[in-house]
Amino acid sequence: MDVLQLQRKLREHQAAMIREGFLDDQFSQLQKLQDESSPDFVIEVVKMFFDDSENLLNNMTRALGQVPVDFKQVDAHVHQYKGSSASVGAARVKNVCATFRNFCEAQNLEGCVRCLQQLQHEYSLLKNNLQYLFRLQEEIQAAGGSIPTIE
Amino acid sequence: MWFKAPESCNCIEPQWPADELLVKYQYISDFFIALAYFSIPLELIYFVKKSAVFPYRWVLVQFGAFIVLCGATHLINLWTFTIHTRTVAIVMTAAKVLTAVVSCITALMLVHIIPDLLSVKTRELFLKNKAAELDREMGLIRTQEETGRHVRMLTHEIRSTLDRHTILKTTLIELGRTLALEECALWMPTRTGLELQLAYTLRQQNPVGYTVPIHLPVINQVFSSNRAVKISPNCPVARLRPHTGKYMPGEVVAVRVPLLNLSNFQIYDWPEVSTRSYALMVLMLPSDSARQWHVHELELVEVVADQVAVALSHAAILEESMRARNMLMEQNVALDLARREAETAIHARNDFLAVMNHEMRTPMHAIIALSSLLQETELTAEQRLMVETILKSSNLLATLINDVLDLSRLEDGSLQLETTTFSLHSVFREVLSLIKPVASVKKLSLTLHLASDLPAYAVGDDKRLMQTILNVVGNAVKFSKEGSISISAIVAKPESFKDARIPEFHPVSSDNHFYLRVQVKDSGSGIHPQDIPKLFTKFAQSQAVTTKGPAGSGLGLAICRRFVNLMEGHIWIESEGIGKGCTVTFFVKLGIPDRSNESKLAFAPKVMGNHVTTNFGGLKVLVMDDNGVNRSVTKGLLLHLGCDVTAAGSSEECLRIISPEHRVVFMDVCTGLDGYELAIRIQEKFKKRQDRPLIVALTGNTNKVTKENCMRVGMDGLILKPVSVDKMRGVLSELLEHRVLFEAI
Repeated sequence: MDVLQLQRKLREHQAAMIREGFLDDQFSQLQKLQDESSPDFVIEVVKMFFDDSENLLNNMTRALGQVPVDFKQVDAHVHQYKGSSASVGAARVKNVCATFRNFCEAQNLEGCVRCLQQLQHEYSLLKNNLQYLFRLQEEIQAAGGSIPTIE
Repeated sequence: MWFKAPESCNCIEPQWPADELLVKYQYISDFFIALAYFSIPLELIYFVKKSAVFPYRWVLVQFGAFIVLCGATHLINLWTFTIHTRTVAIVMTAAKVLTAVVSCITALMLVHIIPDLLSVKTRELFLKNKAAELDREMGLIRTQEETGRHVRMLTHEIRSTLDRHTILKTTLIELGRTLALEECALWMPTRTGLELQLAYTLRQQNPVGYTVPIHLPVINQVFSSNRAVKISPNCPVARLRPHTGKYMPGEVVAVRVPLLNLSNFQIYDWPEVSTRSYALMVLMLPSDSARQWHVHELELVEVVADQVAVALSHAAILEESMRARNMLMEQNVALDLARREAETAIHARNDFLAVMNHEMRTPMHAIIALSSLLQETELTAEQRLMVETILKSSNLLATLINDVLDLSRLEDGSLQLETTTFSLHSVFREVLSLIKPVASVKKLSLTLHLASDLPAYAVGDDKRLMQTILNVVGNAVKFSKEGSISISAIVAKPESFKDARIPEFHPVSSDNHFYLRVQVKDSGSGIHPQDIPKLFTKFAQSQAVTTKGPAGSGLGLAICRRFVNLMEGHIWIESEGIGKGCTVTFFVKLGIPDRSNESKLAFAPKVMGNHVTTNFGGLKVLVMDDNGVNRSVTKGLLLHLGCDVTAAGSSEECLRIISPEHRVVFMDVCTGLDGYELAIRIQEKFKKRQDRPLIVALTGNTNKVTKENCMRVGMDGLILKPVSVDKMRGVLSELLEHRVLFEAI
């Protein structure tokens, strides 16, 4: 495929992600920070986010598996995750985290477990979409084009 | 007597010795005749010798001879009365013959001489006459010279004073003395010009107000000629005193004295101006004297009259100029006083304004600030409505106060424009962003068109320009219920100045300046063409505005016009009528910044572009966040803005690496009390406030407790996550300027 088509695809994909709430304005702010001095800024941050996510999700799973459940612990992890996801603009993840925190405050184990599952689901969706996005960007760059930014 | 000689003796005897008495008388007479005849020549000789001149000496000799001989004859005759000898007779005869000869010669000579002698006599008579005539003439000349002297003296007296009264009085006195007058009087025209009033007399001290109508024939006669005219002593002007003399009153002469009419000063026409007014001088010779007015005296009077006229005119001019000077001085004093009063008034006004400015604004600020704060508390809907109304009204009031204060400063010219270099585009965009909310509420569409050749930057007073544009656009929005509003800004070309609507506006473009033309068109309620001139008047309300519509304070346009005028421009409104919308156009003169100014503008925020802006020039900041993702994002953000960022993952790390070079510390306070404690520790570490970096909290928590806690521990600021690039930029600027920033939660 040629550059123009690739770029079109990228734009469409980004627009779709935003439309569906996977990404919000914060993501475009991140993209603005990318320039000649830090050309892979977004990718690096997102990679960090993925690592962080996996860590946190593991922690949450372990915390919820304990008996008795230390809701405060769980809440702390969720809080962290919420912060990270907000920073990268992962809107759906962030929203689930908010709900999760409510359940933690209410000490509703069932709710928490359900949220955790939801979180994992959302996370994997996001990861796939973002990886697809990055692949497209690499292809465009390899073909010599420039990456269009989200307006 | 001859008788025939007797023959006997040589004696001659007289015939009659009987008439002895007769003979005796003859004898005596002859003796005396001889005596006389001998003495006459002696007398003649004696007197001739005495006199120096006698042209006929030889005549005298002849005459003397003649007489001597006659005498001799008569002497010898004595001897013939008695008997006498022949010799005696011969001598007698000889004498007689000689006498006859001489007397004949003398007789002949006399024929010549006597006419001569007679002519001498006539010549003598002639010469005597001539001498008498010369004497007379000499007398005349001397008199004239004396008169001249008198006139000179009189003139000198008159001209030595510039006082009217003195002049006239002196004239009369001197004339009286010179000419030995009985009375001398001056009649002046009254104010009405219809009568002559007796002003001065010589003998009477205070002349009573006699008046005489000016159109008497005798007066006309005197006024019509510039000579002294003899008038009758019985005419009204001459009858000044009761007639005291037994005989004839003295002769009277009158002469006109030209008066200068001050209201028509015509120096070049003098003395031929027709609307002259004259005074009348009347001179009277003593009564009961046989004196008559001599020609030279009349001439003297005429000369004096002229001199008096000149002196009077001088006095009049002087009087006038003195009066004018006094008036000017008074006016000066009055003006000075008025000026000082005005200055005092202005000072008082300015002081009042300055005080009132502060006094009025302080409460307004309090009202507005507290109302805004009140708005943020928990209020019922009704209360909120009330508070909003309070806020709106106080904002309006604050605007009005500002307007009034501005306008009064504008009025007396004490307002001066500030000149800075600013971005034209940003001015318009700011206006747009301020007006957009109001316009969208009213569903009005707002369009801005900036010409492509409009300079990016201009030199001028941006605040006042914005105020003007805002006012105009605000009016457009206010008075339009529906439709659209368009704003256009272009660089004015010289052709556009030749607008018939602004005939008096002739600006000149130059290399350093350009004229900005802004036009705001609205499709609102329009204005009646008759009302347009009133719009720019202070406080005048347009009657066309419906009672339901918003009321303007009436000052906005007046202020706009003042600002536009200060910027050497022009503003005007056009409207085709009610309901047809209206167009406001104005020109202002702005400077073109030169190249060197542009570098200073690098800090002006650029809305577009992804390129790095080195705004904050290596500002050293520290980021503390234990969440790696967040930390990277914040770090990336600050790097993008050109800061020199150090990242710390924990409080301990932060405390370790913090130094006075770090100007700002961004710390995440989502994770419990760590952040607050860190803040306290940092403050402990840096004793002085100036050395300490600014501490700013980043948090996603939107509750007031967080804010209060931050403030409690002495943080300098709080920002809500997520932070965009623009937001961070603004935050940093604000922080660096004000050293504090608490975002409203």
